[in-house]
Amino acid sequence: MKVSLFVTCLCDVIYPQVSEAMVRILHRYGIKLDFPKLQTCCGQPAFNSGYWEEAKESAKTIIAAFKDSDFVIAPSGSCVGMIHHHYPTLFKEERELLQQVNELKEKTYEFTQFLVHVLGITDLGATFRHRVTYHPSCHATRLLGVTNEPYQLLSKVKGCQLIPLKNASDCCGFGGTFAVKMSDLSGAMVKEKAEHVLETEAEVLVGIDMACLMNIAGRLSHEGKNIRVMHLAELLYEGVS
Amino acid sequence: MNEVQSENSLKDRVQVALNNEFLQNAVKFTTEKLRSGKQAATDQLGHWEEWRERGRQIRLHTIAHLDYYLSLFVDNLRAAGGIVHFASTAEEAVRISLKIMEAKQAKSVVKSKSMVSEEVELNHALIEKGIEVVETDLGEYIIQLANETPSHIIIPAIHRNRKQVAELFSKVAGEELPADTAVLAGFARSKLREKFLQADIGITGCNFAIAEAGSMVLFSNEGNARMVSTLPKTQITMMGMERIIPSWEDLEVMATLLPRAATGQDLTVYMSAINGPRRNDDLDGPEELHVIIIDNNRSSQLGDPEFQEVLNCIRCGACLNACPVYRHVGGHAYGWVYSGPIGAVITPILHKDKEKWGEIANASSLCGACYEACPVKIPLHDMLVYIRRNNVEKNRTKKLEKLGMNLFRKVTSNHRTFHLAVQAGQLGQKLIARKGKITSKIGPLKKWTAYRDAPVLAKRSFRESWDRLEKELNQEIPQDPNLQKRMQKILAERREKNESER
Ligand code: SF4
Repeated sequence: MKVSLFVTCLCDVIYPQVSEAMVRILHRYGIKLDFPKLQTCCGQPAFNSGYWEEAKESAKTIIAAFKDSDFVIAPSGSCVGMIHHHYPTLFKEERELLQQVNELKEKTYEFTQFLVHVLGITDLGATFRHRVTYHPSCHATRLLGVTNEPYQLLSKVKGCQLIPLKNASDCCGFGGTFAVKMSDLSGAMVKEKAEHVLETEAEVLVGIDMACLMNIAGRLSHEGKNIRVMHLAELLYEGVS
Repeated sequence: MNEVQSENSLKDRVQVALNNEFLQNAVKFTTEKLRSGKQAATDQLGHWEEWRERGRQIRLHTIAHLDYYLSLFVDNLRAAGGIVHFASTAEEAVRISLKIMEAKQAKSVVKSKSMVSEEVELNHALIEKGIEVVETDLGEYIIQLANETPSHIIIPAIHRNRKQVAELFSKVAGEELPADTAVLAGFARSKLREKFLQADIGITGCNFAIAEAGSMVLFSNEGNARMVSTLPKTQITMMGMERIIPSWEDLEVMATLLPRAATGQDLTVYMSAINGPRRNDDLDGPEELHVIIIDNNRSSQLGDPEFQEVLNCIRCGACLNACPVYRHVGGHAYGWVYSGPIGAVITPILHKDKEKWGEIANASSLCGACYEACPVKIPLHDMLVYIRRNNVEKNRTKKLEKLGMNLFRKVTSNHRTFHLAVQAGQLGQKLIARKGKITSKIGPLKKWTAYRDAPVLAKRSFRESWDRLEKELNQEIPQDPNLQKRMQKILAERREKNESER
């Protein structure tokens, strides 16, 4: 059985520790991941900006990379959402690729989905003695339908005190190129998100999408606040090691 | 309409809103109230997702057979004595209204809330002809006095507070009125009552038109729609051609969805059904009833697989309340009468100048909150991307953006170029990175760093460390047979499903 890592471009080049944590967690359950090097980026930045031809080029690297995989796992709800929700639209005119896209869709999972639904694991036996708040990212929840899974996992972490985030489901303002194209607007949105995070007085902000976390962490750091921002895979791995 | 609003660019309008803290507080306060109201009402009702799906099916079916239901509606309305007009453009809708006014030698008009009349910019034309127009919905009355367009589909004056309203009303009253809701509402009521009694013509919108009966249904909370449609001798109802639903039974679903989605009410306070003009034994109602059915580019969406569903909209405003962008900038930033996600989608559809209006689709982070909020499940977040794609295809985007996307294609179309680009970045960032982050506000980065610090590229990308990691993890560890079994089972089910589909 071939279980492959879809690393996602951000967790390849900026946050490799996130992908590594995910790989190590799965390894503990005897699941050895393979890493097809053909993959680059899912193409979402171009797709969402309307540049579909450009998006197709990078999407094709993903389709090719996982052609022979039985399971594909990624540390991002947004990139998996891109495959599930947008690839069929992007390749709707190209029959052969569309066939491959449909196969890819079926076998691709976001990390928490894979743990909870495929492996049936919610309790990793982790301990993490901190006050934690969780930001549910928009694409994970709304495009992919990942809503309870992260909470299920967090609720089993010993010592972890989960503090509700006000207006949690409001977007952090990232939105890909939106963050630079409408930078003042995006800036106002992330400012408000950071305020709500700070109101929780949590020590750690956790999520399942590094793009959103990069945005919020960048804002918190800009304000000189040092609250730790991490991906759920990192938190869980830290909790078990 | 207020010229200033639409003349400048999206960015300028957004800037104006972002600089107006008062506006933001007012919008946040009210939309949050509406959101939590909706949540409570839908929780209490239960099975909300099923209700949404029913609503969606009704709207899909109606729009797919719009020609049939529209003509059924028109036949039934005519049989009941209504006079039906078709307007293919906004200008034509205005012309038809003016003709009716002329024939009646009308000098004064009272209106209940109608977004489509805002769309065709009717008030402007009437005032030019010297006809007095008075908006009788409280929110509409406020923005009329302020000479503004609505900043929310159902709460037109959402951006104004009591104090500002008191100032506006004081001018009309010729005396200082206190910023007290009861006093202000009381003043408006007495002022409007005079107007109701004098008006030659009443103009209404239409929430739903029932095809099987030829009836029009109005939802209102203030009862003004009922006055507008009973007191004046002549009534004009303006409706977009997509306001149709097949039957009274369908209205039950819509009456369940709309008030809950809009304001969290279980029922709208007044629901009036209008079945033609006054009959002999009727106690009230207009002697003459004109209905103007407006196309204004709607029909061009029929048959379009990407945009047809936008005609399913029941104008509840839930997508505005849910939208994090609307929350920060309010409605006027969208530049026209429809705002929020639905406004960003229909504004370019209803205008000929796509270049100018297609730009609003950029004012979205594509978070999908609109879709989630919509009682008839319109995929607005996808439509916003379609508009962006159209902008790209029609060459309406900026040169710098095109260059950037071209670079993106070059870098990501192949893993080798991708790797090279990352290495170049790792080297290049040494010039600007300090303590593991980038704060400098230079070049294209400044759009990001103006509001947040930027992370640096990792010293070694994951792909660069993979071989080491793989080697380290290579020693066999026992596989959990249960997990293997689960995975095998999923694989087998998947294969079976694919076989049977083939
Ligand atoms: S698009 Fe949906 S949520 Fe928005 S106004 Fe229309 S019906 Fe309501």
